[in-house]
Amino acid sequence: MDAAIRKAKDSFGQIFDKNLHDLVRGIRNHKNNEAKYIADCVDEIKQELKQDSMTVKANAINKLCYLQMIGYDISWASFNIIEVMSSSKFTFKRIGYLAASQTFHEGTDVLMLTTNLIRKDLGSQSMYESGVAISGLACFLTPDLARDLLNEIATLMTSNRAYIRKKAVLIMYKIFLKNPDALRPSFARLKEKLDDPEPSVQAAAVNVICELARKNPKNYLSLAPIFFKLMSVSTNNWVLIKIIKLFGALTPLEPRLGKKLIEPLTNIINSTSAMSLLYECINTVLAVLVSISSGQPNHSSAIEICLQKLRILIEDSDQNLKYLGLLAMSKILQTNPKSVQIHKDLIMQCLDDKDESIRLRSLDLLYGMVSKKNLMEIIKKLMVHMSKAEGTHYRDELLAKIIDICSQNNYQYVTNFEWYVSVLVELTRMEGTRHGKLLSSQLLDVSIRVESIRPFIVAQMAILIDNMHIFASSISLASNNTKNSTDICEVLNAAAWICGEFAQHLTHPCTTLDSMSKSKVTNLPGHIQSTFVQNIFKLYVHLVQIGSSDSDKCKQLTESMLERMRQFEQSADTEVQERACSFLQILKYCDKMLDSEAQGELGMLFDGELNPVAVKAQRKVPVPDGLDLDAWINDPPSDDEQDDLTSSQEKQIFIKNNELKSFTGYGGNGSAEPTTTVSVGARKIQPDISEEDLVKYKENRMLQLESNPFYIKSMKKSDSLVSNSFSKSASISDSIRSQSIDLKVPISIPGVTSSENYYRMSKIDDENKKLRKKMKIKKDGKQKQVQEEDDDEPDQVVKILAYEMPDGALDDSDDDTKRPNDPNDPHRALDINLDEPEIVKPIQPKRPETLSDKKINGAKEEEKLEKKKSKSKSKSGEKKIRRKKSEKELLVSNDPAPIVETEYNELVSPENETNIKKTDSDDFEFWLKNDQIEEAKTEQKIEVEKPVEGKKSKKSKKDKETDSKKKKPKKVKNGQSEPQNGTNEHDSELVFKHIASNKQLNISALIQANRMNMNQLIINLRLGNLTTDSEISSIELNILNSASLKLLREDNKSSNESLKIPFSLLSSQDNQFECFFQVNDCTFPQNLKGNFTYKFNTESGSIHEKIDFKLKIQCSNFLISYSCDNDEFSNWLTSGQLSAKSSLKFNVSEHENLDSILGTLTSNFNLNIIEVLENNASLFASNMMHQPICFLFKLVENKTVVVDAKSNNQSLIENLLEEFRAVLSQ
Amino acid sequence: MIKAILIFNNHGKPRLIKFYQHYTEDMQQQIIRETFQLVSKRDDNVCNFLEGGSLIGGSDYKIIYRHYATLYFVFCVDSSESELGILDLIQVFVETLDKCFENVCELDLIFHFDKVQYILQELCMGGMVLETNMNEIVLRIEEMNKLEKSEAGIGGTQSKAMTAVKEMNISNITQKFKDIKLPDLPNLGSIKLN
Repeated sequence: MDAAIRKAKDSFGQIFDKNLHDLVRGIRNHKNNEAKYIADCVDEIKQELKQDSMTVKANAINKLCYLQMIGYDISWASFNIIEVMSSSKFTFKRIGYLAASQTFHEGTDVLMLTTNLIRKDLGSQSMYESGVAISGLACFLTPDLARDLLNEIATLMTSNRAYIRKKAVLIMYKIFLKNPDALRPSFARLKEKLDDPEPSVQAAAVNVICELARKNPKNYLSLAPIFFKLMSVSTNNWVLIKIIKLFGALTPLEPRLGKKLIEPLTNIINSTSAMSLLYECINTVLAVLVSISSGQPNHSSAIEICLQKLRILIEDSDQNLKYLGLLAMSKILQTNPKSVQIHKDLIMQCLDDKDESIRLRSLDLLYGMVSKKNLMEIIKKLMVHMSKAEGTHYRDELLAKIIDICSQNNYQYVTNFEWYVSVLVELTRMEGTRHGKLLSSQLLDVSIRVESIRPFIVAQMAILIDNMHIFASSISLASNNTKNSTDICEVLNAAAWICGEFAQHLTHPCTTLDSMSKSKVTNLPGHIQSTFVQNIFKLYVHLVQIGSSDSDKCKQLTESMLERMRQFEQSADTEVQERACSFLQILKYCDKMLDSEAQGELGMLFDGELNPVAVKAQRKVPVPDGLDLDAWINDPPSDDEQDDLTSSQEKQIFIKNNELKSFTGYGGNGSAEPTTTVSVGARKIQPDISEEDLVKYKENRMLQLESNPFYIKSMKKSDSLVSNSFSKSASISDSIRSQSIDLKVPISIPGVTSSENYYRMSKIDDENKKLRKKMKIKKDGKQKQVQEEDDDEPDQVVKILAYEMPDGALDDSDDDTKRPNDPNDPHRALDINLDEPEIVKPIQPKRPETLSDKKINGAKEEEKLEKKKSKSKSKSGEKKIRRKKSEKELLVSNDPAPIVETEYNELVSPENETNIKKTDSDDFEFWLKNDQIEEAKTEQKIEVEKPVEGKKSKKSKKDKETDSKKKKPKKVKNGQSEPQNGTNEHDSELVFKHIASNKQLNISALIQANRMNMNQLIINLRLGNLTTDSEISSIELNILNSASLKLLREDNKSSNESLKIPFSLLSSQDNQFECFFQVNDCTFPQNLKGNFTYKFNTESGSIHEKIDFKLKIQCSNFLISYSCDNDEFSNWLTSGQLSAKSSLKFNVSEHENLDSILGTLTSNFNLNIIEVLENNASLFASNMMHQPICFLFKLVENKTVVVDAKSNNQSLIENLLEEFRAVLSQ
Repeated sequence: MIKAILIFNNHGKPRLIKFYQHYTEDMQQQIIRETFQLVSKRDDNVCNFLEGGSLIGGSDYKIIYRHYATLYFVFCVDSSESELGILDLIQVFVETLDKCFENVCELDLIFHFDKVQYILQELCMGGMVLETNMNEIVLRIEEMNKLEKSEAGIGGTQSKAMTAVKEMNISNITQKFKDIKLPDLPNLGSIKLN
């Protein structure tokens, strides 16, 4: 009975249960008590999940998904989700996978149960079921799942349904991330998918490889040719964008690649209408320009085009384009700041944009916009922005930018340092900034390195210290509100130090000393307090020295100092305490011994010149030979505890001082001496101050405050500095005295300088100069503008000290960019060189890629490769050989024609076997090399293009030379005689073949591959006037283009129109000209048909004549000379890429030997002899499509030649073999 | 890579969330709140890119969003994605929604959040763009719907509820996206969606 009811409820359940819509509607209707309603729903869902009906369960899970979206944790239902996933119905399965993809993650333990379920779904007959499974899996893949399901996914990559293929290809990236071992075995298949007929699959493969290459670009360099081809073929903008982005990542590693890219990319830039594509092209061109040395003039046009397009983008009304335009422009700024400066107006305009994103971007650009002239103006503008800026983020950004801009290149553009210091001081008053440290270090830097500014900066810092309470209040604020924490009090650190170090510039050292030892100081952070303590003491020493004549005064001073130091003696900060204690001790000593002698000695504490030391100086000192820094000097200590204590304290001293370290180097006498000497005695004294002392001290301080004369003094000063806050100062000074302020608004401090004044002054100066100029011009009207501009260049020459570096410092370019690799980054594990076969070798620590590495030019790169090769060769040693051999055996056993294969192996001596590498990288080198050859010959190209006889022959001579050089086989093994070079020389003897003639005209032709441009064939046509008495003129050539041969014309006329020959022939005269043909396919022989029409002048008048010709172009005509060594040859054979093979046997006359046969062959074809062994020879050829062809010749019984050939195209080798036979059996 | 895809309305209520990286539910909601804060204070005529957003952040990441009528479509992507490409992708997404729901409005997204997820699954997978051809996506979705229908037998209760919802009139959120004239940005249609 019960069961029957339940069954009935199960089947009708869904009608009574809430479905998703009811849930959503319910939530909307219970706006006031949503939480309770949902809690009820969750209870209901829990009940539903207990039921047997899958419909009810799926419905419940669907509702849970919704709840998850609005923030409810549903991980408790993980098991139920798996139940629903396992449903046989697609509807429910989909719900299950959706829920899983939203909630499951690597830490979900029930995922262990799903492996078989997912495996089953992946293999499902229904494509949507497996599709849903892949989509889900992509969201919750774990390393275990990635390992267990790799095979299934890999199989799906070859599914006959594109829908599955694209998903399977895409998920491979996730699999690689979770299971890096999968990358190597699956990569070949992934690479295949780049050629998938379905564009979406192709796009997915490009997507995956791009993601992989983005993180480890150097492993994917060898794919560049493939992508290059794809780029020229693909019409899918999504794919193009990805490829172009990928090239952007690859070019920094290979400048030669960049050179190759510039042209096609600029073509796209000029032609595309898609903004997204245009933008990415510009980006990549910029990356290229960064990677190749910028000195090359021929790329300036590329930059120009980019800038031009970017300007259009920035001027566009679409804010998105504006933003991206600015983003890209900042990349040009790094390499070509000058060309960006032209667009200054535009960038300044963007600075006022209402869009913060755009303002931030233009700020970046401003960096390169400044000059000595406009610096003040720009900074002023930024300061105005800053006071208006609402968000702290933007304000902080502005602050950092201002400092960045001013300090760039050793303050290159700052002409007036008083102005700059005023700017910095003004910046300290910006509310809530987080760049206190930056400001502080900047102040220190300026004060140390610009000697002339010291009096001014000291005066300013003294004022800051007098008004310390402003910063102190910001501290108390900050401690309450951690989120808006500001570290502006860091500035006091710099202020105290500057006042102490350059105390001789202080106008009222006593006042400053008083302010520095106010009780407020104890509220400051520890490290600032310790700076204060140190510098109070410095000030004291200074005062004692200048007041040495008046010993009473000194006595008094020392006593008051003793009082002041006491407040620090009790500090919670150990550093402060330690310093205070040691100084107290010294003071006590001074108190007793104060006479002239002691004063002199005191002075020595802080004696010496300060030199700015570069931050990295210490690191740059080369470690002397034979010094092992890690070795123990003494034996390791036995008693750990004591040691720990002292060492940790010592450490602290250094840590605390770290920030200042670069400035506290004392001449050459070793750094931080005073600190260490002082700290020795410090620990002995225990602070003991009685209550009485404290009270006394407090009273004292109050008195000091009352009688503090400084306010009046500073007012006087403010007069001279024309502070704009002057009028307010009176009322503010009141509030300062009361010290009860908790100001939130930055108040202006009397006496503090204002950059505004300097700006105004400079303006006035400018005006004056202009006036003067005008006068000058009036006087001397013809004076050139340029000169005048030079006139006013430096109004103030400021000496800026350079940072000191140790002698023998190492080159500093290398460690700047060294970034610690994040050990958790999954991409690290994917750093697998796919070009090299897997080798079992000890793991070597890899040197991180550095900037200088990237900048290495092509030649060095190659050198490195070479080195690597030889290294790995020697390292892996025998193991590798063995491995290679077994690989070979495998290869052979798979081969349908094993005989040929083994014969090849015979040829490859075991020594060479160690060198065998996968070919991709060599292929890539080859791809790039061709380009270089092309470049190297541009000079000649110019000559070639002019059809002048004299130069013609020169060119061919040159070619002859280069050819013969190249063709020399690099290695000849076993002392076998190599075929005479003479025969090689022979082949380039340019023999014109007769192709047609009539009574008047004789036509012969010479076919050559164009070495300057791949895929081009040059046909030299020689026309001869056979008549003795008449002139042939108006010669025109008509060519019938075939599918794979197309005449290239310089005049953009259609190829069907006749080509005018630019010469006429006098009687018995010969002349020739070149035609260039675009070749699309060179795997079969072709016939080129065409005719000449010409005017034939006789005495009786002119006659129009026509002559047809037919030119047979053989496969061998497409062969190009290509030097290939033994290694590369064996690489080709083992690569497995040469799938086509053919064999031919024919007889030759008996008196031929192998040498003469080879001679004949090489003279007729562009073949490269690799190796000759008795009766065998291996040869290599490549055609203009870079199709490699390997030949093996055997002479059997001195009369039969057996030629085996391997290539990647069947018809190509068959045709070539036929040609060989024709030549040899003649 | 795409890190997250969010749809929320003018009040910050989530309509679709898809994180391609694991966050707890609380964190997810916080990200939505923060992103909403960032995005909602921007005018409609400023650019569609935002840098930073501390939660989803990292300097490599960008927020790329679009505002249609009552809804914000927000993508968080890293530098391997083309900015304009993603804007186009959002457009493809919205147009696909429009085709599948016939004049889509916020209400469709509310009551069919699962269907929206399925559509998204055809567009992006595991943080990578899977398909950009709208017709292909619509075709797949329709075929899957057919499959579902055939499994449900006669109509099923769900479809009835759907029509009921459609007839409901909740005035403030039934504003059709279409009223906003979708292709109003010049870079649209620039990518060929083959």
